[in-house]
Amino acid sequence: MVLISRQTLLEYGKGLLVIVLLLVAWEGFALLIQNNYILPPLGEIFSVLLHPTEPILGGQSLLANTLVSLREVLTGFLVAAALAIPSGLLIGWSREIQVYFNPVIQILRPVPPIAWMPFAIAWFGIGFNSILFIIAMGAFFPILINTIDGVQGVRKRWIEVSEMFHATTFEQLKTVVFPGALPMIWTGLRVSFGVAWMCVVAAEMLPGTSAGVGFLIMYAYNLGQIQVIGAGMVIIGIIGLGADIIFRAGQARLFGWQGKE
Amino acid sequence: MAPVLSIEGITKTFTDGESICRTLDGISFEVEENEIVCIMGPSGCGKSTLLRIINDLEHADTGTIREASKDKTGKPTTAMVFQDHALFPWLTVYDNIVYGLRLSVQKLSEEEIAKRAEGLLSLTHLDSFAKAYPHQLSGGMKQRASVARALAIKPSVLLMDEPFSALDPFTRRELEDEVMRIREDLRTTILLVTHNPTEAIYLADRIIVLSARPAVVAGILYVDIPHPREMANPEFLKIRETIIRMVRGKEGLRE
Repeated sequence: MVLISRQTLLEYGKGLLVIVLLLVAWEGFALLIQNNYILPPLGEIFSVLLHPTEPILGGQSLLANTLVSLREVLTGFLVAAALAIPSGLLIGWSREIQVYFNPVIQILRPVPPIAWMPFAIAWFGIGFNSILFIIAMGAFFPILINTIDGVQGVRKRWIEVSEMFHATTFEQLKTVVFPGALPMIWTGLRVSFGVAWMCVVAAEMLPGTSAGVGFLIMYAYNLGQIQVIGAGMVIIGIIGLGADIIFRAGQARLFGWQGKE
Repeated sequence: MAPVLSIEGITKTFTDGESICRTLDGISFEVEENEIVCIMGPSGCGKSTLLRIINDLEHADTGTIREASKDKTGKPTTAMVFQDHALFPWLTVYDNIVYGLRLSVQKLSEEEIAKRAEGLLSLTHLDSFAKAYPHQLSGGMKQRASVARALAIKPSVLLMDEPFSALDPFTRRELEDEVMRIREDLRTTILLVTHNPTEAIYLADRIIVLSARPAVVAGILYVDIPHPREMANPEFLKIRETIIRMVRGKEGLRE
């Protein structure tokens, strides 16, 4: 069995080429400028990345900080999904409910999650719970909006089939509306995971935190350790990319029927 | 014997903004047990709407639909096969077929469901495709699965809304023969909407021709030709001619 086709491999190669060129340019300028504060040499960034379990600047290691951030993101993301999916199903399903909730959704949606920070601290105190709130806030709306759109895009004919067999409203939601909307919900989850990841870094940069990739970047900045900032950014990028790959693979596997019905 | 289904004085008006359009204007007829009745008529006359009303997917303005075997809740026990198969793409053929059986209203055990599904899969020649998904099936197979899904609940009348119109002529004939066989095997009563006179004559015991909007029953034709019916049969051609004239509004047998 061929796991990756030649074509895909070639595409990956082209993408990799640009990354390599950018790294070469970075290294070239770094050598030229000779100023670690503006452009740290790649070697220094990689040396941080290659020793992920070593304590950094007397604090926790890169790996430990990354795990802290991941835990926060996953928890916030799950809380958001648990709230947004059922809400989206109901709002998308019932025009009446939508009339009540649409204005408040449209007003809250554009508010950047980090703007909630002062409230979050006032309500939940400094630390894990506040960060969780910010992440959940950020992840909630993409899932909600996609769920609503997904439900409204479910083919009317499918719903008629369930009506024809006398399904109860709950059965209709469970057996037709949810699975029919699932591809869109999945897209919402993918988008919101990216948002959650951005939120965690921003939230951890605020005063009062003591762990996480965002904290590490801010801490390294205060101590002038630019190569640690670089390493943190690489980790953020790699995890974001990894999550996206997992979500896309899941999409292809779970919703192979899409566009072929 | 009482008819399985009797339709009395069905009227239906659609409003689209300011414009009001009367579609059905007092449709009445009856369907006897084990009968195949075809409904024909000009496009847009409300044939599909009539089936949808019978299956409670739409409400008539006036008129009554009497079903001999309505369930206790008063809901229809008919089942519909749609033109566009309408299978759930995320379910396997098996899960699609048993969809209606698994709903709480049926109160069936998984064992009974499996037994019924087995029979239907073999009846519709889908045994080896039970685990396939709809997008892996041909058009004809999808429509057979859709028929099996409707038959699963043992409907009092199988309603078919132009079920074969999206299929090629060979597949269409194959499925028409299958409908005949199902009628023989299960003694199913079938009410079928079609725009194809040949199909109607090939299958039907009786053809109900509706007029253009607002639709009334323009005529009822009895097809008394032994099966399998040949298109070259003079009686076949005569009925075909009559239907075409009626649909075009040149001959009316208004009751």
